[in-house]
Amino acid sequence: MSSQLSHVFKRCADENRAALVGYLTAGDPNVSISKALMLTLAEQVDIIEIGMPFSDPAADGPVIQAASERALAAGTHISDVFAIAKEVRQTHPDIGIVLMGYANIPYTMGFDTFAQNAVDAGVDAVLLVDIPPEEGGLCDAVFQAYGLDRILLLSPTSTQERIKLVSRHASGFIYYVSLNGITGADMGDMKAIQEQVACIREHTDLPVCVGFGVKTPEQAASVAHFADGVVVGSHFVGQIPQYLSQDKVMKSSMGQAAQAMKAAVIA
Amino acid sequence: MREHFEYDLSIKHAPDDGGHFGQYGGRFAAETLMQPLKEIEDAFFEAWADPEFHQERLDLLKNYVGRQTPLYHAKQLTKEVGGAQIYLKREDLNHTGAHKVNNTIGQALLARRMGKKKVIAETGAGQHGVATATVAAMFNMQCDIYMGREDIRRQAPNVFRMKLLGANVIPVDSGSATLKDAVNEALRVWVASCEDTYYIFGTAAGPHPFPLMVRQFHTVIGQEARAQCLAQAGKLPNVAVACVGGGSNAVGLLHPFWDDENIRLVAVEAGGYGLNTDEHAASLAKGKPGIIHGSLSYVLDDDEGQISEAHSISAGLDYPGVGPELAHMMDIGRLDIDSATDDDALQAFKALTKAEGIIPALESSHALAAGMRIASDMTPNQIVLINLSGRGDKDLNTVMNKFGFDMEADV
Repeated sequence: MSSQLSHVFKRCADENRAALVGYLTAGDPNVSISKALMLTLAEQVDIIEIGMPFSDPAADGPVIQAASERALAAGTHISDVFAIAKEVRQTHPDIGIVLMGYANIPYTMGFDTFAQNAVDAGVDAVLLVDIPPEEGGLCDAVFQAYGLDRILLLSPTSTQERIKLVSRHASGFIYYVSLNGITGADMGDMKAIQEQVACIREHTDLPVCVGFGVKTPEQAASVAHFADGVVVGSHFVGQIPQYLSQDKVMKSSMGQAAQAMKAAVIA
Repeated sequence: MREHFEYDLSIKHAPDDGGHFGQYGGRFAAETLMQPLKEIEDAFFEAWADPEFHQERLDLLKNYVGRQTPLYHAKQLTKEVGGAQIYLKREDLNHTGAHKVNNTIGQALLARRMGKKKVIAETGAGQHGVATATVAAMFNMQCDIYMGREDIRRQAPNVFRMKLLGANVIPVDSGSATLKDAVNEALRVWVASCEDTYYIFGTAAGPHPFPLMVRQFHTVIGQEARAQCLAQAGKLPNVAVACVGGGSNAVGLLHPFWDDENIRLVAVEAGGYGLNTDEHAASLAKGKPGIIHGSLSYVLDDDEGQISEAHSISAGLDYPGVGPELAHMMDIGRLDIDSATDDDALQAFKALTKAEGIIPALESSHALAAGMRIASDMTPNQIVLINLSGRGDKDLNTVMNKFGFDMEADV
């Protein structure tokens, strides 16, 4: 595990609370506002997931699809994604930074070059939604060589066998997708989620974060009771289209949303 | 009574256990889909080993679809081209008017075996949507078809056919609102509903086991054509030609000829406005390896990996990816890649219609255009086999607009 993510989880454990993990798509609604929003979010969250916009986000719901479309329409390049990560790192040396997205972006750049750029920008880990452990031959060795953690997903459809497989290949933390669906859908039954997280813990010592569908501080608080981290994505991204012509309001609204989630996780 | 045909049910040139054809293919899917895909894979291999599955499948292909489809020696077209003998594999004569139904019958039987009550599918031109809606009607399954808003506009008659057959046609507005976005949306819906829903993938692409499974269901095309050519001409063709979008009819025709080393296999991509423009769908000729819709294969994308919008006059070829097995066959030198532009396809459409009284689909017209060109450089004792993957009724509006048909002046 990269020392940075383990430090983050240790710090939260010392404070007897779960980590707050926040997601935004880089370049949404454009690079400069996105940078400001990321910095605002970084004030509150323990780990920031920086989404790499992609033309075909097949695992995302309408909110994050629209974020990718806005970012690409505004001309966001992968170099902008790294630049945003770098700025977050410079301003928040203690935060965890995860790059999240789809395989074709790093595949096209070349995993080696991609990893080099990520490390230079201060990124700690990479989460590629469509590279399951079975296809890890493309990237695992490279990420390991660069000291980048590889976050892997588990879901309600994951069998015991898959939980073992993912536990063997993941590093940093395991991201439990709390529902059979896409990002931003309605959250499943909390008790079932808790049981699944307990089941995952039988196979790994890695921290387990829960996401997909956490929309309210109440849900975040419930998840925080049994998970090592709570991931909030669509709820934060959803602030952006509401205030497209009012940058300042957008920023303060993002700040308030992040504060409310942070308070819920701490409580 | 239709002739009995003995199909070869062995699985030749299988991918590895992870679904890789050489370096291509695989299962690049989100975790939530990994287990559902494994379940389909297991069900497929179990069904494929079960004689009863094939008995029912082949009975439907014979008595419902109308197989075998004829192999037709197009003598008039041959004469006009002036070269090799041209033989057409008449997939246009299948029920629903294209090869697509070979696959939807197989997958619908699999869905029923797995106890699924509902099927979903993506469609571009609407041919796969119609073929899916057709079998869903026959098997009494609920059916949702995802179709880009832009394609719904371009393919109104097929939308109406699907609705008549009892399917829901669900418009997709995301991205470019075309086939690739319909695939994305069907994947999203399937993630949330895979417990009771089966996703009938329409081409030999996507995550394992779809490329293998779709290929197996379509090799009836090449197997029949091979035997028919031997019976009619007393020898095998010198060249076999098929058009390629995702690659289902191409792999279906060409795969059974893989081991006939002297037969040249040609895949014809949509050249759109020309390969020197950005407006084409030639993933194999002009794309590069990339990962989209669950597998690694050739894709049309930009320098940073954002998927491009393809262009073709034929909606069925208008796709920025291609099946992984064809990418592999190209890489190892077993498959030649050719292309035909929109205009080439229109010329071939006209030529076949006038010469033989057969109106081909615009997709198939690409194979015809390249096949006729290839035949013209050959000698009369040689044979070019062309897959006529579908009929052209669905394209009459497009062609009418292109040729500027004027009801007042022309009738």
